[in-house]
Amino acid sequence: MTGSGFGVGRIRWNWFVAFALVLLLLPLLSEVNTPTLLAIWALFALSLGLMWGYAGILSFGHAAYFGLGAYTYAIASFNIGESTAPLLLAILIPMIFAAIIGAMMFYGRVSDVYVGVITLVVTLILNRFMNATAGDAYRIGNARLGGFNGIPAFPILNVPGDPNEQIYGTPYYYVVIACLLGSYLLARVILSSAFGRALIGIRENELRMELLGYNVQGLKTAIFAICGGLAGLSGALFANWAEIVTPSVFSLGQSAEVIIWVIVGGVGTLVGPMIGAVLLDTLKIVLGMQTSIDNSLILGAILILVVLLIPRGFAPAFVAWRRRLAQLQAYRRHARGTTRRRLHVKEAEQ
Amino acid sequence: MSEVVIETRDLSVHFGGVSAVDNVNFSLRERELRCLIGPNGAGKSTFFKSMTGQLRGAESSGRVLIRGEEVTSWPTYRIMRLGVGVKTQVPSVMNGLTIEENLWLSAIRTDAAAADAVVEEIVTEMALQPIARRQVSELAHGQRQLVEIGMVLANRPSLVLLDEPAAGVTGNEMERLVSIIRKINRNAAMIVVDHDMHFVRMLEAQITVFNQGSILVEGTADHVLNDQRVREVYLGTRAR
Amino acid sequence: MDYLAVVLLEILYMIAFLALISAGLAVVFGMMRVINLAHGEFVMLGGYATIASSKAGINIYVAMLLIAPIVVGAVGLLVERLIVRFLYGRMIDTMLATWGLSLLLIGLVTLIFGNTAVSVPAPIPGYQIGRYQMGGYNLFIVAVAILLYVGMWVVLRYTRAGLIARGAMLGADTVSALGHNPRIIYMLTFTFGAALSGLAGGVLAPLTGLLPSVGGAYIAKAFITVITGGAGIVAGTLSTAGLFGTVNQLVSFASTPVVGEIAMLLLAIVLLRLMPQGVTGRFFRNST
Repeated sequence: MTGSGFGVGRIRWNWFVAFALVLLLLPLLSEVNTPTLLAIWALFALSLGLMWGYAGILSFGHAAYFGLGAYTYAIASFNIGESTAPLLLAILIPMIFAAIIGAMMFYGRVSDVYVGVITLVVTLILNRFMNATAGDAYRIGNARLGGFNGIPAFPILNVPGDPNEQIYGTPYYYVVIACLLGSYLLARVILSSAFGRALIGIRENELRMELLGYNVQGLKTAIFAICGGLAGLSGALFANWAEIVTPSVFSLGQSAEVIIWVIVGGVGTLVGPMIGAVLLDTLKIVLGMQTSIDNSLILGAILILVVLLIPRGFAPAFVAWRRRLAQLQAYRRHARGTTRRRLHVKEAEQ
Repeated sequence: MSEVVIETRDLSVHFGGVSAVDNVNFSLRERELRCLIGPNGAGKSTFFKSMTGQLRGAESSGRVLIRGEEVTSWPTYRIMRLGVGVKTQVPSVMNGLTIEENLWLSAIRTDAAAADAVVEEIVTEMALQPIARRQVSELAHGQRQLVEIGMVLANRPSLVLLDEPAAGVTGNEMERLVSIIRKINRNAAMIVVDHDMHFVRMLEAQITVFNQGSILVEGTADHVLNDQRVREVYLGTRAR
Repeated sequence: MDYLAVVLLEILYMIAFLALISAGLAVVFGMMRVINLAHGEFVMLGGYATIASSKAGINIYVAMLLIAPIVVGAVGLLVERLIVRFLYGRMIDTMLATWGLSLLLIGLVTLIFGNTAVSVPAPIPGYQIGRYQMGGYNLFIVAVAILLYVGMWVVLRYTRAGLIARGAMLGADTVSALGHNPRIIYMLTFTFGAALSGLAGGVLAPLTGLLPSVGGAYIAKAFITVITGGAGIVAGTLSTAGLFGTVNQLVSFASTPVVGEIAMLLLAIVLLRLMPQGVTGRFFRNST
């Protein structure tokens, strides 16, 4: 029972390997700056898509953990000087924060809507706070928080153990791809496990899961924390890409964008959110190069249309469409077969 | 052998100023089958929920004990882990999953290694083979009830609480339901809450009658249904 | 003594401000359980409508008290017909769609008005209390807020329309039972809520420079005020506006405005956690 089923499906290894190869060979064909950013967004989208699509938890402020990861990395790398520990902290701190917020919400049995509200407010608080930390007084160790200007020029990722060997450019692209593929596999492992199945059960009917003896609150808090950690990782990777962190990482706009990516790509699949992120951010970059149509306008229109017309996003709709196509083809084949048989009988009769 | 499985001592539940359950002392022995009946608003549902830790926002006093262990303030899932199975009034099953997947989620929690085998067993027992791979959302109401009962059983409970299992069940299905309940009763103590007197009679069990939050009378079906007070409560007059 | 008066006036102003920007959202949420995340943009539109018509020569009071609500009410009607009415009962989807709407509106306004701040001067001069210079216009805002809420309370309590509105809060069935088409009532409610948001935006326009992005500041505060207030439109919103306004200003006076705002947001989370049904879900149960 743990291989497929529960709507998760087996991992298609040939697709995965093929895709991984494409990603690995990409630097030979194009510059890596944009693909690196797209991969980071894909990871961020994955972190929300895992929680939303499979556990049914929609956070309206997922950018909080993205931002915490980015800021934690920047602050820690200023203070520690070597990047391995800061990167780990950038996963751990958002995870702990998410565990606390999650526990507060889920053990309090707050309804879905209020989860949305509370997560939104948390992001707002972080945004406001970070925006106001200008001036020398606001510092953590060596790092000045910088207010709305943010924290620039912190030490970027280096080869573990050797602070002078910095990782940027194509090697950094590979680091990001490794994190993305690794996180995807982690998500797959989770979903195939009893933990993942339980989450899917919780999404379907929380009361029933409780009546079966599952610690629903604990499980929800756990996945919320894990996805917070993944978001933090993507935040730290973003910090290294941008080489500056500003309070905009906590913006409502950032939270909105990741939700749009996931819902357009498809809630209920792992690949959908990633594709949504890549497509929509590419669209944003392309649109950004011209000034006649505003970016917000397009994104807003897309979100409205998707919610009204394809509420679960493109990927599940695509899957359903393919299934229907397959059924239609099977029906046609069957019909052709019976017609042929009938003709044979007619010939035999004559 | 006749150890007390679940009991309540002086259990009272208030909502605002209303007393939904009023000083109820109830006890159920191992492998006993008890029917809980009473008119609407008698407090059966509240009593039911108070035994499974599902009451929130209510002030309650008194104690609930399962095999001597005090579970009064325990969260629901902890109580369930003592070997309790609950079937709710409205079938609560996973609509987006198949029957097998539903049963699996139940079986895996008590015995991870034997989960697949338990699922197969239950499917056979409940005669669900032809539809085992169908999605629950596509099933009829009666079939969904069966799936829920199957999920309850997959946990191997020793105490089973059924809330209105006969709702929407008629004819043959009711006979099947009664035999399923009797089968469950061989291994587990059971409390069945229901309105359907025909169904309750078919179960041939001890009955507890609730009225206005407290126990009016307890006994066999004949004893209870011939009791004057029960007739007043149900028929509203001193009718025969 | 002067300082105390200043503090009190500032608190009063903050409460009025919160109450004003929350009114539209409270009506829509209280009556239809719709969470309109584009509410902040409706307020922003009210501001732009006011400034645009004021610059076109229309009297500023007419612009803010008449034009703004009418314009934004019309926008609200359009939005209800095209988007919201397909999503009743689907709370999360409504939140998502209205979030998309807010982005759309920001984009649209940026396209039309550009990204530089526009403003209009406050029509009421300041006054002095002791050593302190106070904004006179703030008192006007307080007055508008008071009149608005008193008006709403009177309508809800004593008119037939108010009765239907209160019935709508109990569900579509009650509205039908009263002999009205729920769909039309919901359409009117959303339009009215939008008009209220536009009014707030209009009245607040003279205070700061207006940018397409100001909606973001309004939505957050309105949101938490309304949600923690619960279903009671007048009682709920006023109690939480009172609570938040007081906390915000007191903490701001004690340290900085940012800390004050953060204190208010933290308080919101605490309230949401402790009283998921809002203040009127716990206390004041049967109030309007």
